[in-house]
Amino acid sequence: MATFWNKNGRKFAYGACGLLLFGLIWFLATNGTELGKILPDPVTVLRKFFVSFAEPIGTKTMVFHILTSLRRMLLPYLVACAAGILLGVVMGWYKPLEAIVKPYIELIRPIPPIAWIPLSIAWFGFAEMSKYFLIFLACFPTITINTYSGVRSVDETIVRAAKMLGARDSQLFTTIVMPSTVPYIFAGLQVAIGSSWATIVAAEMIRSSEGVGWLIISGQETSNMPQVLVGIVAIALTGLVLVSFMRLLETKLCAWNERGQ
Amino acid sequence: MEQKILINCDHVSKTFDTPEGVCSVIEDLDIKVRENEFLVLFGPGQCGKSTILNTIAGFEPVTGGEITVNGDKVTKPGPERGMVFQTTALFPWLKVMGNVEYGPRMRGVPKKERRERAQRYIELVGLQGFENSYPIKLSGGMKQRVGIARAYCNEPLVMLMDEPFGHLDAQTRYLMQEELTRIWQQEKRTVIFVTNNIEEAVYLADRILVLRNCPTSVKAEYEINLPRPRSYTDPEFLRLRREINDVVDHTL
Repeated sequence: MATFWNKNGRKFAYGACGLLLFGLIWFLATNGTELGKILPDPVTVLRKFFVSFAEPIGTKTMVFHILTSLRRMLLPYLVACAAGILLGVVMGWYKPLEAIVKPYIELIRPIPPIAWIPLSIAWFGFAEMSKYFLIFLACFPTITINTYSGVRSVDETIVRAAKMLGARDSQLFTTIVMPSTVPYIFAGLQVAIGSSWATIVAAEMIRSSEGVGWLIISGQETSNMPQVLVGIVAIALTGLVLVSFMRLLETKLCAWNERGQ
Repeated sequence: MEQKILINCDHVSKTFDTPEGVCSVIEDLDIKVRENEFLVLFGPGQCGKSTILNTIAGFEPVTGGEITVNGDKVTKPGPERGMVFQTTALFPWLKVMGNVEYGPRMRGVPKKERRERAQRYIELVGLQGFENSYPIKLSGGMKQRVGIARAYCNEPLVMLMDEPFGHLDAQTRYLMQEELTRIWQQEKRTVIFVTNNIEEAVYLADRILVLRNCPTSVKAEYEINLPRPRSYTDPEFLRLRREINDVVDHTL
């Protein structure tokens, strides 16, 4: 326990100092220089952020904005997880399918989700479905490719060891291929949750009247710079919570692995 | 008394197709292993020793001749043959207990029975107290103890050991050689042990087959009749060591 605090406590202290220093520079720059005309100072932003939990921005308070965005993100994210893991596993297992599907995934992957907005509106209109579509595209290729490469990088010697001990093909799949793929899947899920959360702003550019992305869009439209920054803070903090949660889950599920240490 | 022949390699050859042409690794190899015999295959690095084990294990098909284990022709891997790998090849997501009981679990042995059996072999290799550790937490020597227990726990007729101590440091290696002798004397099995370490070969073997360089076949044969446990500094041990060393093909 003592060493835990020594190591992690110090790391935390350094991180906190860095943040405070950044806040201080921001405060001094916005209060002492011309920068204050184009950038609100941190105290104003933080005050507005905390106040927004009680007083609505637009028609809703902050908790509602965050929850709305989370709901928009989680639904397509979960669908992409299920579909991506399934497709990745099948691709890794059957080579012909890999040959057919992999080029599409590799082609879609580098396209930024924002590029799909016009098509998405044309196909799904302005309703929720077009937002789901964007977020789905933001995470599906990553999850698929990660799962696939996990299945492909199963250690051949370990497969031999299992065969030697009498495992049949179906048992090889459930007891060797799947568990050794879990860390790869998790790496994919983590990257994907980050990028799908980051896509929320783009998704909420398609007509919306609530959500953390909407805070930024409407802030821009009304030249309300503090509101834009409040939106950024909300996205950053929620993103941090999401990633930390995934990391915790990974530590539990991959305790046997370097990534879980 | 004439002992039963458990493994029979009959005029075995093995070639690989490579971009540079056909590469012959094993050529006309004859090996007969008696029941409960500790046979060491000793030869220079890259001579094809591991390929011999892989064909007996059933990982790679022979291209000529035939291998039988207990009278059955080898065509694929099977639980009557157990293997201990140089890289240990433990299942990192399973704890020590999970690794050791893997074989019986795959073959449908009821949980209580396989746990008891696994516990017995974990104790045999001296790992009691580590049943719930993940392999990542174990030292190299301990990992290989798990590898040995895992192979034993499946109760194979034949144990194939592919340079199992090759990655260990010198001290641990001596210790593991002593331990393996103890384990083997306690739980007799037919063993084929591959090594490129002459000392290890003389310490462990009932019989040593010295192999030619690639394409490999048997060059010389030595019965080692020294009583166990053996001493690395015994005059007869050193004489055998020197004698065998002179026979080996020396390669860079």
